[in-house]
Amino acid sequence: MKALLIARRELSAYLRTLSGYVIIAVILALNGLFFNAYALGGASKRSAEVLSQFFYYSSGFTVVASVFISMRLLAEERQTGTLSLLYSSPLRDRDIVLGKFLAGLAFLALYLLCTVYMPLLVMVNGKVSFGHVAAGYFGLLLLGSASLAVGTFGSALARNQLLAAITSAVMLVALILCWLLARITEQPLADVFSAMSLWNQHFPPFQAGLIHVRDVVYYLVVTYVALFAATRVLEARRWR
Amino acid sequence: MIQVEGLTKYYGEHAAIRDLAFTISQGEVIGFLGLNGAGKSTTLKVLGCVLLPTSGRVVIDGHDVVSNAHEVRQRIGYLPDVPPLYEEMTVGEYLAYVAQLRGVTSRDTASRVGEAEEKTGLRDVHGELISTLSHGYRQRVGVAQALVHKPALLILDEPTSGLDPRQIVEMRDVIRGLKGAHTVLVSSHILPEISQTCDRLLIIHKGMLVAQGTEEELAAKMGGRGTIELEVRGDKARAVEVLQRFGAVEVDRVSDGLVALTVRASPDQRPLVAQAVVGAGLELLRLDQGAGQLESIFLRLTHGQEARA
Repeated sequence: MKALLIARRELSAYLRTLSGYVIIAVILALNGLFFNAYALGGASKRSAEVLSQFFYYSSGFTVVASVFISMRLLAEERQTGTLSLLYSSPLRDRDIVLGKFLAGLAFLALYLLCTVYMPLLVMVNGKVSFGHVAAGYFGLLLLGSASLAVGTFGSALARNQLLAAITSAVMLVALILCWLLARITEQPLADVFSAMSLWNQHFPPFQAGLIHVRDVVYYLVVTYVALFAATRVLEARRWR
Repeated sequence: MIQVEGLTKYYGEHAAIRDLAFTISQGEVIGFLGLNGAGKSTTLKVLGCVLLPTSGRVVIDGHDVVSNAHEVRQRIGYLPDVPPLYEEMTVGEYLAYVAQLRGVTSRDTASRVGEAEEKTGLRDVHGELISTLSHGYRQRVGVAQALVHKPALLILDEPTSGLDPRQIVEMRDVIRGLKGAHTVLVSSHILPEISQTCDRLLIIHKGMLVAQGTEEELAAKMGGRGTIELEVRGDKARAVEVLQRFGAVEVDRVSDGLVALTVRASPDQRPLVAQAVVGAGLELLRLDQGAGQLESIFLRLTHGQEARA
């Protein structure tokens, strides 16, 4: 309940300050450019292929958007001293983290909503299945949720927003690059690294319009673990 | 209301506060006095459930701040040294948000916000963005957020810092107005403000409690009875002679037949001093109690500690 209160305030802060719109606008523009140049460009393709390409590029931009959206979540409260307000109020630390995360997720959903025009464009000139689009967006939302959670963790660790963004980006890149480790390690480690990678094994099915339980579970687990870690960081801060 | 025993807080190797012990009863207005860096803010952060103590026990209204922090947080309102404000919200929205965070139902929120604004003189800026407010108003919003949910205990960390003299007087009135409804713990390094608003003082220096009591008790403990300042027209030697029977006399300055003096005597003796001066044929131009009474106690306490350290 209190988490929703925090989420509502945070979301309205995103909507009232310029930075939120700038993040959305810049990433939307880049996403559109990539869509135009790579997904639509080149040799003629089938609609499903164009859509798959769209989700491929969008997945990258979703991760980037998550880093920028999440960087302010806790780091800013710490920077401006408003964290004391939350700390001295009758809230659980998990409410604080959850509220912040949910606000970020809602804002990310807003960004994803803004990208819907691209699949619609594909629809105008071709044939796409609604299921494919829905599965792709579901995947984007899950990937975004995991990235935002890692970002929330980074934001809890860092002293200011810039450091938060860098910390989160480093963690996310490390998670994504796990598949490189998978290529050079022996079994069974290779399988472990491959399964751990944020993108490699888990996103392509969504891109093709498939939803596997194991992928859904993977993203939810990453989200949970990262938020749990963020909660622990907040708790530890009180001992400082 | 508050029991503190053996409270210690380390930041790494450095002890910010050491072995503090004091009790505060319901309804008291307590001044928490100390130089910058003495450990005031740290103590208040522990009481405000923002920081956990390294050791010691703090019980607020029967609940321990470590094991039962959630219960404690429902009973306190805390203003940190920097008011925790969200710039992009209006005063009204912000206070409503804080009230609901602290468990005020949405039905009561509007009336509670109204009351808090009334008490802190924020009515006029209800709809203004916090980012546009002056420092004085921001500080008041900080106090308003601490009391919006009617907590039993109010913890105000330097509510007058950075205010101009007029705003300090206003803030003092605000704090005085809280007396009775809340137990108030207010910290400061500005002495007059504390002596005028508080029932009792706790003096902290280098992380340790060096004295506590009312202003009179502290004065008595330090052996000082206070001072009387006066200005007379007439002969300097005669004035000193007359005043000497009340206590040690210092001549502050002499100019154009005017003599300014300070007598070490209890301010209660002012009527007698006046009579004596007039009776001796001197013209009495000004008679006042020494302003620096508390200041001198405070300086002696903190200075003594320094000398011993």
